[in-house]
Amino acid sequence: MTYQEPIGATKTVDRAGRSDAMIVAQDVEKWYASNQFHVLRGVSLSIHKGEVVVVMGPSGSGKSTFIRTFNALEEYQKGKITIDGIELSHDLKKIDEIRREVGMVFQQFNLFPHMTVLQNVMLAPIWVRRRKKAEAEAIAMQLLEKVGILEQAKKFPGQLSGGQQQRVAIARALAMQPKIMLFDEPTSALDPEMVREVLDTMRSLAKEGMTMVCVTHEVGFAREVADRVVLMADGLLVEEAPPEEFFNNPRHDRTKQFLSQIL
Amino acid sequence: MTALTPQTADFGPPAAMRDTPINWLKKNLFSPWYNTIITLVIGAIALYAAYTFGNWALTTAQWDVIPRNLQLLMVGRYPSELYWRLWVLLGLVAVFSGLSWGVVARRAPQLYSRNILIGLAIAAGVCLLVPTPLPYRLLLLALLLVIAITAWVGQQAGQRLPALGTWISFGWFGVFVTGLILIGGGFFGLESVGTNEWQGLLLTALTAAISIVLCFPIGVIVALGRRSPLPILRWLCVAYIEVIRGVPLITILFMGQVMIPLFLPEGMRPDRVIRAIVGLTLFSSAYLAENVRGGLQSIPRGQGEAARALGLNPVLTVSLIVLPQALKAVIPAIVGQFISLFQDTTLLAIVGLVELLGISNSILANPQFLGRFSEVYLFDALLFWGFCYAMSAASRWVEAKVNVDH
Ligand SMILES: Nc1ncnc2c1ncn2[C@@H]1O[C@H](COP(=O)(O)OP(=O)(O)O)[C@@H](O)[C@H]1O
Ligand SMILES: [Mg+2]
Repeated sequence: MTYQEPIGATKTVDRAGRSDAMIVAQDVEKWYASNQFHVLRGVSLSIHKGEVVVVMGPSGSGKSTFIRTFNALEEYQKGKITIDGIELSHDLKKIDEIRREVGMVFQQFNLFPHMTVLQNVMLAPIWVRRRKKAEAEAIAMQLLEKVGILEQAKKFPGQLSGGQQQRVAIARALAMQPKIMLFDEPTSALDPEMVREVLDTMRSLAKEGMTMVCVTHEVGFAREVADRVVLMADGLLVEEAPPEEFFNNPRHDRTKQFLSQIL
Repeated sequence: MTALTPQTADFGPPAAMRDTPINWLKKNLFSPWYNTIITLVIGAIALYAAYTFGNWALTTAQWDVIPRNLQLLMVGRYPSELYWRLWVLLGLVAVFSGLSWGVVARRAPQLYSRNILIGLAIAAGVCLLVPTPLPYRLLLLALLLVIAITAWVGQQAGQRLPALGTWISFGWFGVFVTGLILIGGGFFGLESVGTNEWQGLLLTALTAAISIVLCFPIGVIVALGRRSPLPILRWLCVAYIEVIRGVPLITILFMGQVMIPLFLPEGMRPDRVIRAIVGLTLFSSAYLAENVRGGLQSIPRGQGEAARALGLNPVLTVSLIVLPQALKAVIPAIVGQFISLFQDTTLLAIVGLVELLGISNSILANPQFLGRFSEVYLFDALLFWGFCYAMSAASRWVEAKVNVDH
């Protein structure tokens, strides 16, 4: 008898035929309802387990919108997105299930200012994963130590520097033990001297094998950490290549033009 | 600012020109020349008014109307053999006020600061001067003492038990329910006291307290409903807010007192006090909803997004993340709404309820006290001012403490 996978657990197979895909986006199209702006115009991308993909592109090209579709912060109208084998649909149960597995770090940190750093990190494990308080606290302290904020655990976010806040935000996302981490320009709101500490944290996360999608213009980070770099322009993925190739001999004029602006 | 003081002192004006009281007066009231004229004119008017008032208050006014009717003003026809129930309630309120004070101030270096001590001393003086038999005055003093002592207890306990604040909030709810039972009776073998015997300041405080407790959750729900993605719910909330805000409170109260009885058969008409409370609550909820909506709008979208991204469902996102921040942002507006609700209870006198103003009117209708309007209304005003000032001072104090924490 041949082995049959149970219905509903079928592993998504991407175009290259690999079956360990964590994120598969196929021809995703989106219009913003308010102004019918066609922001995503057929974007396809698949990301494997443990892969780090850096998304670059000019401002307004739809990078944020695209990665925010992965945890359903944005809806899309056409195409198909599958996260770790679960297809994103309007089913709210499924959406919450996916959000538990996908952590997100925002440009503006978005820490909860009315809670201490520790409470920020403990919140989701307690309320979403139903962990015991002591257990959640142990996990939180461990993560805060990992991102180097342990001494600040009892402080409120407003008392921390930007770099520290962003590291807390990373710890907060990790506390849910996600399978995927999304970063939307995590260092763009930081003073230059704080960019390093955040990138270091992300680097060590990548080394541990986390699947990561990072919107960032930090070329050094992309060269060192990324498995692939993609360029997004006007709602389309223009170029997709390993970092060496992407930065050293880009194929598309749009990429060359973009690189000439940021390098 | 405080950190800068030592430096500015070094470079500041020479000692002679610094703000001694005399210099302050010179600078702010007497220069340039036209300020001098304005100061003198206003000063003269103020002095004249103070003199006339003092003269009246000390010579013409017949203050005996107050002590002779104090019990009426406070509790009206509430049976005197059941006064103990009200004192028990006051005792409970004192205990929980003290505990709450202590818990909020648990991180303050000094619980009884100089200003607090002065305030307590003034309050003690007032308690002793109240024109009522000595035992009552001593009881008032005892209440004050209870507040001061439980504050210390609350501070000590609050430092050790982080969850105490939550327990005290639940405790307040218990006090509220117990208070209703103590006043109204009818449970646990307590003799029942009908709502037509709830009068005077007791009725004022009761209608205000019940309406405040009820309008808060309603206002929050309506504010959330107004931002709901469900169109029907949103329209209903908008319609409710706009209708209520377009109608004066007195109209709503008249509808409650005069029109509802026309529609309902004799046996089904709710009690007059309850109808008044419903009117006040519906009215305040609409305004409160608008205040809360302002708070909700001031919270950045990223807060909700971050919560949703962590997997929190919409209910948790609102109740743990958005609402606490929104409410904190509008504490002053909410307390302002509560204060005006408290003041609006005087309109109940117009629709025939015997709250503080209503009972004042009936005292003034007594031939014995004919024409003592000024004395009685001044006393009412003083009471109202005292309560409202206490509320706004407490809210400012709480707000400052909460902000220091964050
Ligand atoms: N809520 C919205 N409604 C309408 N247009 C939007 C909205 N959010 C973003 N846009 C538009 O969509 C485009 C892509 O935005 P975004 O994904 O934030 O780009 P990026 O992250 O690459 O800078 C921009 O032109 C922006 O103006
Ligand atoms: Mg963006």
